[in-house]
Amino acid sequence: MMLAAPVIAVALTLVVGAVLFTLLGHDGLGAILEIFVKPLFNPYRWQDLLVKAAPLAMIATGLAIGFRANVWNIGAEGQYILGGLAGTGIALATLDMSGGWILPLMLLAGIVGGMAWAAIPAVLKTTLGVNEILSSLMLNYVAIQLLYYLMRGPWKDPMGFNFPQTAMFTADQTLPMVVPGTLIHLGVPLAVAVALTAFFVMTRTITGFQMRVVGLAPKAAAFGGFGAASTVWIALMAGGGLAGFAGILEASGPFGQMVPQFPTGYGYTAIIVAFLGRLNPLGILLAAMVLALTYVGGESAQTTIGLPSAATGVFQAMMLFFLLATDILVRYRVVSGRAAPKTARAPGKAEAEAKSGAKTGETKVVTA
Amino acid sequence: MSLDLLVAILMTIAGAATPLLIAGLGELVVEKSGVLNLGVEGMMLIGAVTGFAVATTTGFPVLGAFAAMVAAALASAIFAVLVLTLMANQVATGLALTIFGTGVSALIGAPFVGITTPTLGTIFPDWLTSTPLLRLVFGHSPLVYLGLLLTLGVWWFLNRSRAGLILRAVGESDTAAHAIGYPVLKVRYLAILFGGAMAGLAGSYYSLVLTPMWAERLTAGRGWIAIALVVFASWRPGRMLAGAYLFGLVITMELQAKAAGFNMFAPEFLAALPYIATIAVLAIISAAKRGSANAPACLGKSFRATA
Repeated sequence: MMLAAPVIAVALTLVVGAVLFTLLGHDGLGAILEIFVKPLFNPYRWQDLLVKAAPLAMIATGLAIGFRANVWNIGAEGQYILGGLAGTGIALATLDMSGGWILPLMLLAGIVGGMAWAAIPAVLKTTLGVNEILSSLMLNYVAIQLLYYLMRGPWKDPMGFNFPQTAMFTADQTLPMVVPGTLIHLGVPLAVAVALTAFFVMTRTITGFQMRVVGLAPKAAAFGGFGAASTVWIALMAGGGLAGFAGILEASGPFGQMVPQFPTGYGYTAIIVAFLGRLNPLGILLAAMVLALTYVGGESAQTTIGLPSAATGVFQAMMLFFLLATDILVRYRVVSGRAAPKTARAPGKAEAEAKSGAKTGETKVVTA
Repeated sequence: MSLDLLVAILMTIAGAATPLLIAGLGELVVEKSGVLNLGVEGMMLIGAVTGFAVATTTGFPVLGAFAAMVAAALASAIFAVLVLTLMANQVATGLALTIFGTGVSALIGAPFVGITTPTLGTIFPDWLTSTPLLRLVFGHSPLVYLGLLLTLGVWWFLNRSRAGLILRAVGESDTAAHAIGYPVLKVRYLAILFGGAMAGLAGSYYSLVLTPMWAERLTAGRGWIAIALVVFASWRPGRMLAGAYLFGLVITMELQAKAAGFNMFAPEFLAALPYIATIAVLAIISAAKRGSANAPACLGKSFRATA
């Protein structure tokens, strides 16, 4: 059942998506083939899939740790930007230097940058009780403006013909490729390693246990001595740190510099990845590939059949809708029939009560 | 400062506040019924693009505003089915609705980028807006007055009507309300649809009043500010009015500073100001009350009838 809901959700997205886009005057079936099928059979596209899936998986892994504990960090987009910016700051300071220490320092700065941005909602939540959904989300908009400011002003490449972007990173500041001759950079194996580590942490350590208990049974967690503040901090540091890590990996990898177009919505899409992966790091790896497919396939569908770029977002949202809708299959078991009314009632009243009973009697909780 | 300029500024404040007020009041009613709908931004975008599309194709902006309400209410119905009937997580579903609205609006709006539409004009005759002071009273968009009336209406509904009392009961204790015999899910369905319609109307304000055009992500996160305002308002319509106009002031400051070539702050800082202000306001309000003391007790929880 754990796997059923995501599989059904993806299947429903394909079917309903085909119908919806046909109704909107596009080639619906063609869109589905172009987005979800063709990239799978084109070996040249596989590397694109991995490169897109890596940041999604990494961010989603961090978010899922928080979501497990009902800490709703939806500021991953901003934390991703800040991670990229912090690493870029190191890169710009070391443009004239060389050495193997520069890239690790940049990556570390990226993690710290993401954590620092996530620390703002964490402090506000733990000291004042500010809702982390709203504060973390607002910071996304602030992060984008910070990026624009740095690109337009202080960090603009002096030799860049007045384009709002930084200088290109040097070879020592660029992520190495793990498979020569492809686009597959170090971030891809790192994303897998992060997910495996997170799987171990969530299933085998006391911290992982804490996050799961707080989410499943907050009262039991409190009696068990798991502090609410420490849970919030762990959640936001994991989410912010990994989003920041993904940010600097993107900046030092595919981008190779910092540009205003750096934020591409990975921070939001990663929320879908986290849910589609059932908040499980291994599931997230799979889900990241599915969502990467919508990006890669969506891009090629733009050129081949002229599908608007916005279609990608619609498919992604539909997937989350259908997942949430089919989730009820996982949490509840549909029991056919219902308890028959025991006493005789007036016909009208009996019918009304049977109707309301239909709502209540048909679903039965399966205690997990 | 001349009277003309002052009146212009005050009118800009009212204009910037109105969509926040309308969407915020809708969300306030939804939350009072115990449901947290984080899809306001998405519904506003759907409203904005539908309003624009209908106004341009028919030539009637009023029709556009109505269509915006219907379209956003339909979008909110998806949310309602998921969280009420299928008991999906409200936070996740609301986020999905926002992502959906962003994508769908961009999709529908693609053919409409770059063209302008007839806007919703004023409703009073010209002679009533001939002087600055008269303009301050009679020169607004009809939606500005509607926002004020809506504040009064929502206040009356929640605090003086029987239906409002039932809605609040459902939001404070769904099980008790159910035990007495109130239709919990029906009340919440209606509240969500109302919230959707209001978000749609607020969204159409951006494409039919503020700027007579459509661009992707036109509402730029204002839907989230509207949700934050509900917390700021402690779930009270009167305070929602104050909060919306306060934010109208912040947004107007940004616009005025840009227009006046005010160089002390970077334009990016001014653009970030409404969002920073939202965080600051949330921090202050939370510090003052140690959390959200006045929040509906059942906010965000799924309801499953047991008996």
